[in-house]
Amino acid sequence: MTDLFDKHRHTAERHERMLSLGANAVGLTNDRILSPTRAIIDGRETVLAGTNNYMGITFEADCIAAGQEALALYGTGTTGSRIANGSYAMHRELERELAGFLNRRHCIMFTTGYQANLGMLAGLAGPKDTIYLDADSHSSIYDGCTLSGAKLVRFRHNDASDLDKRLTRSEDEGGGRLVVVEGIYSMLGDRAPLADFVAVKKKHGFQLLVDEAHSFGVLGKNGRGLADEAGLEDDVDFVVGTFSKSIGAIGGFGAGNHPLFNMLRYASRPYMFTASPSPATVATSLAAVRKLKAEPERREKLAVNSARLFNGFKALGLALGCDAVSPIVAVNCPDEVSTIAMWNALLKAGVYVNIALPPGTPGKQCLLRCSVSAAHSFEDIDRIITLFGEVVAQGHYKKAG
Amino acid sequence: MSAGEDTFTVLCQLLEPFNTAKIALKPGTDISADLNIDSVSVMDFVMEVEDHFNIDIPLNVLSETRSIADLVKVVDGRLVKG
Repeated sequence: MTDLFDKHRHTAERHERMLSLGANAVGLTNDRILSPTRAIIDGRETVLAGTNNYMGITFEADCIAAGQEALALYGTGTTGSRIANGSYAMHRELERELAGFLNRRHCIMFTTGYQANLGMLAGLAGPKDTIYLDADSHSSIYDGCTLSGAKLVRFRHNDASDLDKRLTRSEDEGGGRLVVVEGIYSMLGDRAPLADFVAVKKKHGFQLLVDEAHSFGVLGKNGRGLADEAGLEDDVDFVVGTFSKSIGAIGGFGAGNHPLFNMLRYASRPYMFTASPSPATVATSLAAVRKLKAEPERREKLAVNSARLFNGFKALGLALGCDAVSPIVAVNCPDEVSTIAMWNALLKAGVYVNIALPPGTPGKQCLLRCSVSAAHSFEDIDRIITLFGEVVAQGHYKKAG
Repeated sequence: MSAGEDTFTVLCQLLEPFNTAKIALKPGTDISADLNIDSVSVMDFVMEVEDHFNIDIPLNVLSETRSIADLVKVVDGRLVKG
């Protein structure tokens, strides 16, 4: 009999090797969360620089009060899907609020951000259609594509001419065509060159979906994401986003103007066959969306903090994931063993960042990935820069492995 | 050499940069398991194959493409299809 876990033995060995280096970089426990930017980890107060809590919104008194009130009024959970159990009024209220924020006619909420991509992609595309996806797409996009049953064509990362070439090759195959890009890519922090993709769209004709998971609330005059920043919202057919980053909760959404958009509620399995978001989550998300709209200064503070960290790292001579300032600042490291050692040294010195290793990274890169928050003080940012200077830039770990 | 052998030779050349352990390549070699190449690298390799032959190999096809010989069949089939 073949043990089903045989295929995971290599992963187990890799995990053991990480533990033997004194670090559990993929199994960290936050013993207490003190604020959007502070936690107690291993008994030490630690600056959090790997949370995706871009707006620093997780401890806002009015969001917490809204969640507590909803918990008391509507209970702990919805105990079923919206198709079977019906919607709560607050589900629809949040969808209306988001549609207004995004300036889109329709919006559908999903229970997690992962499910938002699964639900939108599997609802939009079917076996007769083709999805063209960026090579560096998030796993939720890959999984949504697989669930759709569509033909899947992968184009080179951020390369509109490569997409053009692949569209030209398969010009006459029939079926709908959906192109998927991301506003900000989660590992390196780079943006999609949206104007280039829109030019290809005008040449070939397809429907365009932008996953604004890391850019919703962050980019653009109105905080609507990359399409807002680039002034190209009319050319984007569908927007996907998440509540787990700038909204500080859990859940996700898809939005668009198509008159049949709401049919996705009856076609999208990740929407139909899962429990709807819990009342407390919906209430805190609703309060947070309103806060994003009312407090654009959070976006401005995030941009200033991001530039401060980016420029600080540049001055240290660190190899960064991309040339543009974004709230994701990734530092390229020499190899897996040294990256684990540096991650551990940073944590012991009081800063938590994300570790990202192949195959979860583009080009087999080993990354120490920081995400900046509007709630970071300049002192926090400067401390992160100082510690990266001591741990990463000074090269103690470069010959490891 | 038959068309199949030609394609096999080209695929081996394209596979070389991904074959970091320098394992001897045979038609029956499992691209992922035998060469210990992760899923993303397999997709990157296939992208090189697509560009070399100027064909599309949809990701859906890859789930049933294990060996180099399997990939030869896919490439030759797509070349004939034009």
